[in-house]
Amino acid sequence: MTAVLEAPAGTEAPQAKRPRRRPAPLRVLAPVAVFVLVIAAWAASSHLLVPEASRFLLPPPEAVVAEGLLDPVARTEILTALWNTVQVALCGLAIAIVLGVLVAVVMSQARWAEFSLYPYAVVLQTIPILAVVPLFGFWFGYEFGSRVIVCVMVSLFPVVTNTLFGLKSVAPAEHDLFTLHGATRLQRLWKLQLPAALPAMISGFKISGGQAIIGSIVADFFFRQGVPGIGRMIDVYRQRLATEELLTALLLSSLVGLCLFWAFDLLAGRVDRLHGKR
Amino acid sequence: MSIDPALAFRGTSLTFANGTRALHDVDLEVRPGEFVSLVGPSGCGKSTMLRLAAGFETATDGSVEVGAGRLGYVFQEATLLPWRTVARNVELPAELAGVPKAERREAARDAIERVGLAAFAKHRPSQLSGGMRMRASIARALTMRPELFLFDEPFGALDEITRQHLNAEVGNLFARDGFAGVFVTHSVPESVFMSTRVVVLRGQPGEVAADLPVPFPFPRDPELRYTAEFAALASEVSAALRGAEQEVPA
Repeated sequence: MTAVLEAPAGTEAPQAKRPRRRPAPLRVLAPVAVFVLVIAAWAASSHLLVPEASRFLLPPPEAVVAEGLLDPVARTEILTALWNTVQVALCGLAIAIVLGVLVAVVMSQARWAEFSLYPYAVVLQTIPILAVVPLFGFWFGYEFGSRVIVCVMVSLFPVVTNTLFGLKSVAPAEHDLFTLHGATRLQRLWKLQLPAALPAMISGFKISGGQAIIGSIVADFFFRQGVPGIGRMIDVYRQRLATEELLTALLLSSLVGLCLFWAFDLLAGRVDRLHGKR
Repeated sequence: MSIDPALAFRGTSLTFANGTRALHDVDLEVRPGEFVSLVGPSGCGKSTMLRLAAGFETATDGSVEVGAGRLGYVFQEATLLPWRTVARNVELPAELAGVPKAERREAARDAIERVGLAAFAKHRPSQLSGGMRMRASIARALTMRPELFLFDEPFGALDEITRQHLNAEVGNLFARDGFAGVFVTHSVPESVFMSTRVVVLRGQPGEVAADLPVPFPFPRDPELRYTAEFAALASEVSAALRGAEQEVPA
């Protein structure tokens, strides 16, 4: 036994420490290897499959880096637009998280609330966002607030469903424990249901993060007015056949989504350790 | 002089909303200073009786009278909140009751010491063995200073050695504190070792099939299990249990 703690007389030793998470090399090297392979395949396709004359349709990676990232004008243009998009997305995500958790809490407290609200949460998910974006433009204008509303709309559902699932996943015996000790509704929510729901909530936030960024881009793409974000730039580059810039914008947008996902993953790791799961 | 029972079932029946009859016309009194084990085939309503006593269920007929003021309940699983340390888990009941922090910390520390977990107060449940988690669960119930102590088959998932240790320790707590105990178990030796009375239930729905006094004085030595008197009583309980099981259609 590797346990360093002394067990009280007559009990078995505490469980040995669980093995640490996978060693970092594999966690980092494996995705890097895939990245290298994809870039190689891209470069090979561009150089070998596409004729020189139409290479602008699929420029090789080095051209994308040179014209999209290293060119100061294009880089500033893309990063400025991306920053606008990210601000909208983060703001929308924050509101979606607060609102979604509140809605889920209300649903968890009363069946009638769940029954009456849940179908509309589903509607949020199924409504074609492309059709809604122009309407929001008519109603709320084309500036920051209107874009944030689009983001909230597309990122709310995962927060609501995951939080509700988490709140309801509390073991019956744990509810009995709180009943036995005369817990109030608020105590039950605050000291039992919300902490128990935390891992599921964060899973929801992970999905919502990506949705919020897509929402921000889509709103910008269709509004064609107001402060331009990366969606508008994507449209501009498309019309200009500036494929290098287009790909740069696309890749950087994905990178932002990925960073957001990682941030929540880090948070999830901390919560899991707190819950003794890792 | 008659002492009011700590717990009394009087003609108690419970039929669930789906029509399942869990208990039928059960009469049982548990007096202060008694430790009663409930044994019976699976699904005979043993645990349901504890759930009625704790107020998790309500009798559909007859009554359940709880004379004791303070109630301790040990669940089948340790039921510790994984995000809280042992100490914070043990102080939960007092926290929910609004007891000031210093006072409940003190009570939790005492209870943790009594179950021999002092060195593990800052550990999280996931860092403990099954037996230690159950000790923490017992400590949590002890902070209630229970007059009626209910155990819902708490040691079923533990290995035999750990189980015997915990049997002896709960016996010592009983000998010292003199609460009224009700202990649900599947194990005949455990029921005899722990109790002043073994009640055999038959099901379903549950009814009292036999009620056998256990005369051995407390505190009990673990070696008691290997005496002839113990064996004789255990075989009597077993016989009653077999009788109870035969009446249930397979």
